[in-house]
Amino acid sequence: MKSKLFLVLLLTVGLVFSLVSAASAENILVFGSSGDASRLDPGDVTDGESIQRMDNIFEGLVEYEAGSVLIKPCLATSWEASADGTEIVFNLRKGVKFHDGTDFNADAVVFSFARQYDSNHPYNQYGEWAYWGYMFGDVDKMEKIDDYTVKLVLKRPNASIMTSLAMFTVNIVSPTNAEKYKEDAFKHPCGTGPFKFVEWVKDDHITLEANENYWRERAKLDKLIFKVIPDPSARLMALEVGEVQGIEYPNPADFERIKANKDLVLMSQPGMNIGYMAMNTGYGYIDENKNGVRDLDSEPLVKTPGYFEPLTKKKVRQAINMAIDKQSIVDNIYMGTAIKAKNGMPPFMLGYNDEIEDYPYDPAKAKQLLTEAGYPDGFEVTLYVMPVSRPYMFDPPKIGEAIQSYLAAVGITVKFYQVDWGTYLQETEAGNHQMCLLGWTGDNGDPDNFMNVLYGANACSIGAAGNYAFYTNNTVQELLSAALATYDEEKRATYYKKAQEMIHEDAGWVYLAHSTQNIVFRTNVKGYVLNPTSRKFFYPVWIE
Amino acid sequence: MKWYITKRLLMLIPVLLGVSILAFSLIRLAPGDPAVTIAGEHASPQVINSIREKYGLDKPLTTQYWIWLKQVLRGDLGRSIVSNEYVAKEILERFPNTIELTLVSMIFAITIGCIAGIISASRQYSVFDYSFMGLAIFGVSMPVFWLGIMLMMIFGVYLRWLPISGRISMMISFQRITGFYLLDSLITGNFAAFISSLRYLILPSVALSTIPMATIARVTRSSMLEVLRQDFIRTERAKGLPERMVIYKHAVRNAMIPVITVIGLNFGLLLAGAILTETVFSWPGIGRYVVNAVNMRDYPVVQGCVLFFASMFVIVNLLTDIVYVYIDPRIHYG
Repeated sequence: MKSKLFLVLLLTVGLVFSLVSAASAENILVFGSSGDASRLDPGDVTDGESIQRMDNIFEGLVEYEAGSVLIKPCLATSWEASADGTEIVFNLRKGVKFHDGTDFNADAVVFSFARQYDSNHPYNQYGEWAYWGYMFGDVDKMEKIDDYTVKLVLKRPNASIMTSLAMFTVNIVSPTNAEKYKEDAFKHPCGTGPFKFVEWVKDDHITLEANENYWRERAKLDKLIFKVIPDPSARLMALEVGEVQGIEYPNPADFERIKANKDLVLMSQPGMNIGYMAMNTGYGYIDENKNGVRDLDSEPLVKTPGYFEPLTKKKVRQAINMAIDKQSIVDNIYMGTAIKAKNGMPPFMLGYNDEIEDYPYDPAKAKQLLTEAGYPDGFEVTLYVMPVSRPYMFDPPKIGEAIQSYLAAVGITVKFYQVDWGTYLQETEAGNHQMCLLGWTGDNGDPDNFMNVLYGANACSIGAAGNYAFYTNNTVQELLSAALATYDEEKRATYYKKAQEMIHEDAGWVYLAHSTQNIVFRTNVKGYVLNPTSRKFFYPVWIE
Repeated sequence: MKWYITKRLLMLIPVLLGVSILAFSLIRLAPGDPAVTIAGEHASPQVINSIREKYGLDKPLTTQYWIWLKQVLRGDLGRSIVSNEYVAKEILERFPNTIELTLVSMIFAITIGCIAGIISASRQYSVFDYSFMGLAIFGVSMPVFWLGIMLMMIFGVYLRWLPISGRISMMISFQRITGFYLLDSLITGNFAAFISSLRYLILPSVALSTIPMATIARVTRSSMLEVLRQDFIRTERAKGLPERMVIYKHAVRNAMIPVITVIGLNFGLLLAGAILTETVFSWPGIGRYVVNAVNMRDYPVVQGCVLFFASMFVIVNLLTDIVYVYIDPRIHYG
């Protein structure tokens, strides 16, 4: 009896420890994500994790060319803008079906848009539609002309709207599915994309499978699984042993280990982002009518709570720019996972001004400028240090320390201030800071999404600022508004270049770096193309 | 006994009421705004305001508490602000994961901890004693996070014996019924799934069991030593009872009361989620859930979870007290 029991025990232990690798004939890719999705409705998500699931289930009227932010047809086959630029007519693709078998048509397009902007729409109550107000505020309405033609009506010409239409926010959802699940539709995503939703085990994984009735060629992967592995070391180990075939956000400290492993391939590309230190130049406005625009007559400039005399002086800000060795920060803290920045938007974008010469690292000159500005002995200043790592800044505390020591060398004493992330954003938006570390990851690939949001005077509204230097230069704002109003790309580029010159001269920011986006795959994963927006499209991928 | 249990359960009401007030006010005293977190970095103030209104966050705190309390009394913990899902449902989805992990690690901890404690006590100052107690100090002081990574490195990456992250192999299709994977795979007769979920359980439960195991070993040892010095043990030895009988039949049972207390406390603690272990091993348990919720300032989730944990803790303590009666007949609850 005893020996039998022992045998059973031995067998079980043997089985448990044996490498039962269920080799499957199916082409399955398990991707190690750093977190779970929050919701699965493309119109109602703002976080990268939800977005990467959405991008493989849903599609929009237009999409990006592989690896770029240029636009090409997707669910719309062609489009034409009216002469005044306020109406765009789209011809829709015929014969496309949603995953639930219903037809994609003009009604679905109107539904997907109207539920977000029309507060009387019966489905408006089921989402927050956070991105709509922010990216699509210029949209007046989407109208059906016939079953396969729709018209987008804008309140004013907006040159960035076409790139915005490639965003997940305006991906097309199945109205039938929305009707079936109502408030729970966000758990049952149904689009037209290359993969169909199968299951969602919270905090563990989301499984998608190939859409057999896809309007293009069927995806090469049979299944695509997003598995949540929050710890970066665990994520890399899971990749090394083949539990997953790809991971996001590898730890830069592990890059050497990854490169040394012939089973792994590290893919990197400058990301669509900017990490910077903003210096509060002193003044913002109260957006009384909440229109996001500073009305020069009725909304005067007022001191921000973080107003600090020395930083209102251009020479001081220029001196700080020269006192910081950005190259060294990029090399040692970003550990080579970034390129040094000189302008406030990524270099691959329309209108990037490459003729601008960056402030050199020159502590002696910085000291001289400080003396000229009336601060030969320096001063004490508070720096807000982000409590979290963001794609544009992996290690804010270390960057803060570096800045502290560089500025100490020219006589400026830096004190740190740290709070939790939600509060951090609230306080900096309210202009409580003297200096702060922050950055931006672009949304749609259009320069307006950097320039207007981060550097325009309209973005200096106290309590809702995007312009954290509170740099209220009206000429810059005029250039940015003009660039948004014209569809002529050359003109747009000229306006943006001019604006960058002025921003550089006034030195409200120390632009630190554009960090690269990094993703690691096992070498047998083929066909993946990085997109500058960091969005993840798995349609062309297969496993050898 | 029945009256005692009823009394204890009734006492749950003021405890939960107190806990609910604490949970409610603490998370709101913490700076940060859930509306800002869900609307995203790029949201307009209008959107943020409309979210605040939608979830009643613009109302006075006392009103908010009252609304919430009424809702809880109806058995509804509300909806998560972040995921828009019912909090009760989300807790119940994740709780089996935590229980399964906790149970298995407590089995490890109790078996090994008690045995090590008993051996150490019965052979005080021997090599066994010194090495077990040395290991126990090591176990208590080792950061779980580091231990987890080391276990993964050794058994996952180098030896390739055991899987690293998650609850079950992604290659196995598997039907979830109760959420307890071992149980579900047995119910559905899915042997491959059973073996796979067992394999995924080993490393996290070993990592999680170290601290309770070490505590249990130390408490067992000192409690045993105390019992072994008592008169009745001397009598038994004098009677000529074999040492094995003395220890296992008489001493152990008498030494168990403090050990049960420690086990109960540890069990209660682990049920509130082993955050670090769950993070390292990508275990979709309740600890990770509540930490995410705190970070996102997801008020309904944090409040719901704290209430839930408090009830669990009280119930586990009650069960511990009931177990005493069976271990020690001298204990009566009138």
